[in-house]
Amino acid sequence: MKSKDRNYFKILRAGINTTYQDLGRNNLYHIGIPFSGAMDKRNFQLLNSLLQNDYNSPVIEFAYQGPHLKYFGKDIFFCISGNVSFKIITKEGVIDGNSYQCYLLKNGDEVDIHSTNKSVYGYFSINGTFGVDYYWGSCSINTQAQIGPNNGNKFSKDLEIEIIDINNSFNKRKLDYLGSTIENIRVIKGTNYDYFSESSQNKFFKESFKITKLSDRMGMRLEGPKIENIVDPNIKSEGLVKGVIQITSAGDPIIMLSDHGTIGGYPKIATVISADYDRLVQLTPGSNIKFKDVSLEDAETLYKLYQMETNNIISQIK
Amino acid sequence: MIKNILNLGDAALYCDFGSDVNQEINSNVIKYFYHIKKLNLKGITNLTPSYNKLIISYDLNIHSFLSLKKKIENIEIKENNKLEKNLIEIPVCCDNNFALDIKRVENKLKLKSEIILEKFFSKNYFCYMTGFVAGMPFLGDLEKDMRLKRLETPRVKVPKGSVGITEQFCNIYTFETPGGWNILGNTPQNIFDTSNQLNPNLVNPGDTIKFYRITLDQYNEIKR
Repeated sequence: MKSKDRNYFKILRAGINTTYQDLGRNNLYHIGIPFSGAMDKRNFQLLNSLLQNDYNSPVIEFAYQGPHLKYFGKDIFFCISGNVSFKIITKEGVIDGNSYQCYLLKNGDEVDIHSTNKSVYGYFSINGTFGVDYYWGSCSINTQAQIGPNNGNKFSKDLEIEIIDINNSFNKRKLDYLGSTIENIRVIKGTNYDYFSESSQNKFFKESFKITKLSDRMGMRLEGPKIENIVDPNIKSEGLVKGVIQITSAGDPIIMLSDHGTIGGYPKIATVISADYDRLVQLTPGSNIKFKDVSLEDAETLYKLYQMETNNIISQIK
Repeated sequence: MIKNILNLGDAALYCDFGSDVNQEINSNVIKYFYHIKKLNLKGITNLTPSYNKLIISYDLNIHSFLSLKKKIENIEIKENNKLEKNLIEIPVCCDNNFALDIKRVENKLKLKSEIILEKFFSKNYFCYMTGFVAGMPFLGDLEKDMRLKRLETPRVKVPKGSVGITEQFCNIYTFETPGGWNILGNTPQNIFDTSNQLNPNLVNPGDTIKFYRITLDQYNEIKR
């Protein structure tokens, strides 16, 4: 491809943990490969809907501080989802951008994504397709197992992000959406719930836990009242799923997130319900959370309601 | 053969095959795993076999716990279904640079290093499961006098290719990762191949592993 025909972003600053993500890869737990995929699926879905891309199109996920990108090529639109502060730098000047709005970029324009506000993850994409390689049907980058495009590594300075297709019939769209936060994380009691003393079981649901800095795409470590194990601090290693809350030998909860190890040997006290996962992963270190016990039937209903709500938000895109 | 099916959260079945760890129970888990995998049921997003459990993750938009539980309970697997088993030979170098914990193992087991390695290499090992990180095989069983606990403080980085033991099991670190197993050596062989998307694992559940000892020169030769 001749350089004048190329459309691409050059990364002037990579951000803290910037990767390609899509819906992730299925049916590989048995060989030790987790789902991965966008942490906050709702914001992933909103972004592709706003840009009229396929529902599983690759997007760029960033955490805390996003990338600073310079664009080279023919006119293109971009959009950002999540609670994000960013600037658009053009020849005409610098403007503050709003999430969930599409903006035009011309050759030489820049997007500087400063930070996510009171949240962890944000998403960036264009009205088109990034040139990514697929590994087991997904372009999600899993930095721990080094699987995915860019040799499974997060983005670094000077990397060039290729765009292989631009949707020319695209019309600028926007959405008025303020995001959704959560006070209590709802959980279903785990398969080893009875490993813990009655007073610890009560504390687990009555007291609050602080999210520590030891949190990433693999897991979220919490700090709070020690959970006392009265049976055995270990179980025979068995499969995990995202949202599982294990209690370590030290008595602290750790929540499995999208890039988690596929098997583990700590007892499981509870599992976060699917309806609350997107909002859980957006909670920043230092936040306090409380767990609330719900039944399996309620969790199934709450998930359906959450999906309906997502579809309702998508229908408001204009 | 499944004793009980519970839910693990709201989007996974927790199939319990018992509480013991032995090859008979594990073979049943693996039989179910391969059988359900072959059925290719719509909306099943992951199957995770382990020593004595099988976890079935599903898409909540397609299944609910009760309906999928019924489907799995109705699966009939003949007891005499034979497991496909491969014998895989894996070279291991126990040079001092690789045998990171041999001194600790000597002290804990009260055996000389040569005896430890002789015992280690004299047995074939059964692959119970793979996972934690991509392709890592959990193998067993070590002789009773070869069993010890994991390190009190796990290593932040265990080198790729490390071969370690803990309790009745041994494993191979397919990636550089944190870990607490007692490291006896290192294999130059690639156990997980990211570029082989059809069959990335050298070792799969149900396979038998035979380790054989190589010198540092042989190690470097294979690595090259």
